[in-house]
Amino acid sequence: MDSRILTAVGAVVGIPLILGGYLYLTERLLAATSLRTQARIRPYVWVVPAVSFATIFMVLPTLNTIVLSFQDKTSTRWVGLDNYIFFFTNSETINSLKNNLLWLVFFTGFVVIGGLLIAVVFDRIRYETLAKTAVFLPLPISAVAASIIWKFMYDYQPPGQVQTGTLNAVIGTLGFSPVAWLINSTTNNPALIFVGIWTATGFAMVIISASLKAISSELLEAARLDGANELQVLRLIITPLLMPTLTVVATTMVITALKVFDIVYVLTAGAYGTDVIARQLFARLANADYGRGGAVGVVLLIAVIPLLLLNIRRFRQQEEIR
Amino acid sequence: MTEVAVAESRPRAFAPAEIARSIRRLPLHLTVWVVMAIWLVPTLGLIVNSFRSVQDMGHAGWWTTLFPPHGLTLDSYERVLSTPNVATSLVNSLLITIPATVIQVTIATMAGYGFAWMKFRGRDFFFLVIVGLMVVPIQMTLIPVLRLFAATGLAGSFVAVWLAHTGYGLPFQVYLLRNAIGGLPREVFESAEIDGASHVQRFWQIAVPMSVPAIASLVIFVFIGVWNDLLVALTFMGSSPNRPLTVVITGLVTSLGGGWQFLTAAAVLQMALPLAVFLFLQRYFVRGISSGAVKG
Repeated sequence: MDSRILTAVGAVVGIPLILGGYLYLTERLLAATSLRTQARIRPYVWVVPAVSFATIFMVLPTLNTIVLSFQDKTSTRWVGLDNYIFFFTNSETINSLKNNLLWLVFFTGFVVIGGLLIAVVFDRIRYETLAKTAVFLPLPISAVAASIIWKFMYDYQPPGQVQTGTLNAVIGTLGFSPVAWLINSTTNNPALIFVGIWTATGFAMVIISASLKAISSELLEAARLDGANELQVLRLIITPLLMPTLTVVATTMVITALKVFDIVYVLTAGAYGTDVIARQLFARLANADYGRGGAVGVVLLIAVIPLLLLNIRRFRQQEEIR
Repeated sequence: MTEVAVAESRPRAFAPAEIARSIRRLPLHLTVWVVMAIWLVPTLGLIVNSFRSVQDMGHAGWWTTLFPPHGLTLDSYERVLSTPNVATSLVNSLLITIPATVIQVTIATMAGYGFAWMKFRGRDFFFLVIVGLMVVPIQMTLIPVLRLFAATGLAGSFVAVWLAHTGYGLPFQVYLLRNAIGGLPREVFESAEIDGASHVQRFWQIAVPMSVPAIASLVIFVFIGVWNDLLVALTFMGSSPNRPLTVVITGLVTSLGGGWQFLTAAAVLQMALPLAVFLFLQRYFVRGISSGAVKG
């Protein structure tokens, strides 16, 4: 135990010291060169640590995964497209892909629209900060803890027994029979997706709310005086003006939906037809099946490429404004 | 960002008009309360349950405890802390999170300064790659990085997770800090340069002090992100004795099957720190979260 704490303390103190020493040493070395050379080399000294981390842990492994996806289980033989053929013919992976599509549509849709509606409604009350805090609260909660929270919400006992799960108790008092939310194949995917919605809506709400405050209230008042009802104000004025923000939030949510892992892993471990591709990849990795795992990774990468290009384009636009 | 909307000042009288207005606004308030309940009740239920005995949890819902006899007990906490690995993994979570946060933010601040205030060949290209990497799912890298750690004997160690978190977190952090540090007034840096201040001095005496709010938001954001991480630790630590609380809890959820109820206490222990950070440093946290709008 002690040695591990020492390692951690060492890292906390040591890393900044190492970086400081690195800057000091390179400055000493640079001092021996001409001013021109110094000015040319020095910037690299500052960005090299970050760039090497990104290269070692993101760029090279991504390229390596692409290579692995064309090789067999132990990466010893080239197998052409076999791993991809497996991916698109295996019922488990196909089902995972379908579930990710459900996540993509419903998770993103509900988070963005829910976030917008909540921001607009909360904007009209005096205890806005308090109300927002409530919706925002799940954000710092880990997916692991959130899954345990919802395991209790969705808990199911056979009919006739006391329902200790909150949701089944509620529908029980309304006269319905209990539902095995996480097992029943019509309810389990929506149930998992709702856990995601519950954790992410606060994020959408905060971002959207900030942009909402930037819309001039005179503009909204003018529309109301002209006879627009609240729905029209929301649809014809607020939504178009917030479109850039909504796009940013939607992009983030699409990426989250494509990568979703924790909630599914903890609540159902992918059983009962709830599997998703990120968990499929993890399962292959745990089985040391690098070829098929790599193919799952590449499918995931291809799915995010449009978003990657969108992100780069948006970044370039921002840079032009700067 | 979360400041209270300026409340319009009007007399607090119970005039008929005032009452009529309250009635008209009742549906609005009801909607707000329902939304708040949906977002609060699940967490409340977990916290209440964590103070009940496992038998009680099996016999009646958590809401029955709100009425006497309450039957509150710390049994679940005692049981969870005496479960093998739980207490150790709680400490592990700290030993993983604090160094990982320090390493990432230090390196990112340096690079952020470099990208913001230094000119060099390839700068725009490198930065564009960083912007692109923010979107690449880390799943894409897990297999090669795991093999790298296995080959170097680092798999299962703290160092492996520190390094992995740093690699995965840096693109976003460099992006964020480059924007924050680059947004500082140009004149300050130019006059410092004219006065003969070196880049180290400009970094340490201008860039860092002036971007403390941005750095603080980032520290909180990264800290909570690493503390809550499951995937990275699960992949690179597996069943190592160094694994954090999230991995241990997840293992217990899947292995216990029927008797998982006392894990409420474990979940509360796991979320206590992020929630405390959130409640006390809400402003920084919200800022960190909202600047993370493009994070992949």
